Amino acid sequence: MKVLMFGWEFPPHISGGLGTACYGLVKGLVHHKQEIIFVVPKLWGDEEPLADFVNASDVVIDYRERKFKKIWKNLTYLEVSSFLVPYLGPEEFKKYTDYAMHDRMDVDESVFSNKFEFSGKYGKDLMKEVSRYALVAAQIAKSKEHDVIHAHDWLAYPAGIAAKEISGKPLVAHIHATEFDRSGETVNQPVYDIERAGMLAADHVVAVSHLTRKIVIEKYGVHPDKVSVLHNAVLDASIIKSDVRKKVPEKIVTFLGRITFQKGPEYFVEAAKKVIDRDPNVRFVMAGSGDLLNRMIERVAELGMGTKFHFTGFLKGKDVDDMYAISDVYVMPSVSEPFGIAPLEAVRHNTPVIISKQSGVAEVLRNAIKVDFWDVDAMADAIFGLLHYESISKMFKELGSEELKKLKWEHVAAKLVTVYDKLHKEQP
Amino acid sequence: MRTICFYFQVHQPFRIKPYRFFDIGDDHYYWDDYSNKSIIRKVAQKCYLPMNALLLDMVNHYNGKFKVSFSISGVCLDQFEAYAPDVLESFQKLVATGHVELLNETDAHSLCSLTSKTEFNRMVENHKAKIKRLFNGYDPKVFRNTELIYSDKIGGMVAEMGFEGMLTEGAKHILGWKSPNFVYQNAIDPNLKVLLKNFQLSDDIAFRFSNKTWSDYPLTTEKFVNWINAIPKEQEVLNLFMDYETFGEHQWAETGIFEFMKSLPNAVFQYTDFGFNTPTEVVRGAKPVSKINVPVPISWADEERDLTAWLGNDLQNEAFSKLYELEAKVKKIDDPEIQRDWNYLQTSDHFYYMCTKFFSDGAVHSYFSHYETPYDAFINYMNVLSDFILRVKNKEKELEAME
Repeated sequence: MKVLMFGWEFPPHISGGLGTACYGLVKGLVHHKQEIIFVVPKLWGDEEPLADFVNASDVVIDYRERKFKKIWKNLTYLEVSSFLVPYLGPEEFKKYTDYAMHDRMDVDESVFSNKFEFSGKYGKDLMKEVSRYALVAAQIAKSKEHDVIHAHDWLAYPAGIAAKEISGKPLVAHIHATEFDRSGETVNQPVYDIERAGMLAADHVVAVSHLTRKIVIEKYGVHPDKVSVLHNAVLDASIIKSDVRKKVPEKIVTFLGRITFQKGPEYFVEAAKKVIDRDPNVRFVMAGSGDLLNRMIERVAELGMGTKFHFTGFLKGKDVDDMYAISDVYVMPSVSEPFGIAPLEAVRHNTPVIISKQSGVAEVLRNAIKVDFWDVDAMADAIFGLLHYESISKMFKELGSEELKKLKWEHVAAKLVTVYDKLHKEQP
Repeated sequence: MRTICFYFQVHQPFRIKPYRFFDIGDDHYYWDDYSNKSIIRKVAQKCYLPMNALLLDMVNHYNGKFKVSFSISGVCLDQFEAYAPDVLESFQKLVATGHVELLNETDAHSLCSLTSKTEFNRMVENHKAKIKRLFNGYDPKVFRNTELIYSDKIGGMVAEMGFEGMLTEGAKHILGWKSPNFVYQNAIDPNLKVLLKNFQLSDDIAFRFSNKTWSDYPLTTEKFVNWINAIPKEQEVLNLFMDYETFGEHQWAETGIFEFMKSLPNAVFQYTDFGFNTPTEVVRGAKPVSKINVPVPISWADEERDLTAWLGNDLQNEAFSKLYELEAKVKKIDDPEIQRDWNYLQTSDHFYYMCTKFFSDGAVHSYFSHYETPYDAFINYMNVLSDFILRVKNKEKELEAME
């Protein structure tokens, strides 16, 4: 099967989990002998040659095509209606929109040029890039032969819809996260609209967890028969042996992720206080940055645990591995997490994990303690238990590697191939 | 006796290097040697060296009729010894003229007067000893507390240590209708004379001198002398207190600040009945008018003249209380590095960097901070403090094992 796939990022140039998931999925599909044309707004040239990569920035658009004009007409409203930056907090977002407002005083002259240079970033011109990307998608759909179209998250949905419009091939919309996960109940309407349009236009929708599937059905009104679950997996299921040793005598409990509403950092802080009150020989670490960071710092000071609760700022590369390696417990208290790959990384480092029941990963990871994100007492109990009753930690460590072996991208891809086959056969 | 009393504050903290969570338990050296040295060198070139040279000329020129006083923090003296012996030498020359007075303060420019009498006494004694060692046996008689922090109680402690006078801010909410241009007495021990900063005229020089939007810009000696002459006859003492870095650093040489100071004495002698005296001469010579009541500590900072620049939010209170929880333990540990770090961690600047009063005096605050946000300052300080706590604990265990 030839799959025309639209993503937004691809390793090594990624800013979130989306790129990693795309990478794993493509690898798994290649394993099952699927041919993939992978389109991203911007290629950097150092991507692993797993697929036929197409750089959207290089595509020349033929505007004389009548269908294109129709697509473009539908897209221009997107461009002007909003400057959304989904992975940024309100403050950073404001900075970006301020720029964007000034930039947009002049009319976009690139509308009538043939090529468009994408930044591929979640930046100020995001909406412009999203709609432009769709136009490029239409051109690619016209020139590249394919059997099925697969679009990852809302940024690529207009592209998927446009491609379908041109080639008439079935479309799969892949939901890695919804606007409800990112923003809670205060959704950005334009983003929601694009998401919904993508899901409704799709012939099939795959969600990364049952949790997400439920949102797709309940909040977007998609027919349940059309939605299936495709859990994420790990790229490498091996246990990582690290020679990094912690330098403090206390046990370390870690939160690692963006410090935003979605990740529930405040519940971690409150649970930390309860643990420290009972056992002062514990240090808590909040690694990452985000719009709630300063509020967390203030709360830690207010609770008087500044010498036991530490902030590292944004970590990358080896620091992330080292952080997992020196942690005795990893906590992911997400309020809403479509999947959440980080706990699996912790398991790879033999670190016991506590995850919220409101995360997709809780559906696949058995050897973890699961608590409601809001139940800070249960969270504190779990932390205390893992730190003091070694048998649980020991069991988690022993069973962790077995469990990881079951979470492979090949298995995920196999399920996806059956979806492709079904769609292909149902085609008129 | 009508007189002008100049006091200049000379202080630089030991800034903390970027210290990560991963460093806790591993890296026990906290100080940013590179930036500390380069800042001392920069300020030496722009302020300390040229201004000291100018003052020495003036003192010699007026044959002792022009006088000033300095308070040089212990942590600053340490940095002069390490990075700027030339600056130290120029201060020594000034003091050797006999017309330049040195004030006593806390060695580490610390806020300990607010929390511990024993630590306060120790810090004052250490500073006294340092001055004695570096300035040919000099023995200060007047005290100035960190950031001019003062209360009746702090004044009482200072009097107990045998000082004759103490400097503080002429805060409006303390003075009410009273004038700062008199000598006052401590409310607990009247033997301690209190000198109050005339913040109007002090800040005209220190803050407004180069401000082009100020209605009195540019400030000339003629104008300044007119304002001095406007002071009612019975008011005897004009206390002009300011950061020494005003000269050449806060107000650049190009603003004409050096020329202003150079010509000021002449204008004062020619057009007013004022002279110049040092704080000790003032507290000994002028007759105190009354007691001054300061039940709640005041300082010279910001519009509020209170402690909120250092101890005004949760971050600062947390850092401050966690630090001073260690006092009793640290006192038992005979280790030069622990003692040094205990001193340097107390410097008020670390708490100032954590101030979140962005909207009222934020501009002044950010000028003095090398951290991007108060939160960064807090995280960095707490990481260092966490490591320090571990070291103190380990030393404690060693001590117990020995017993």
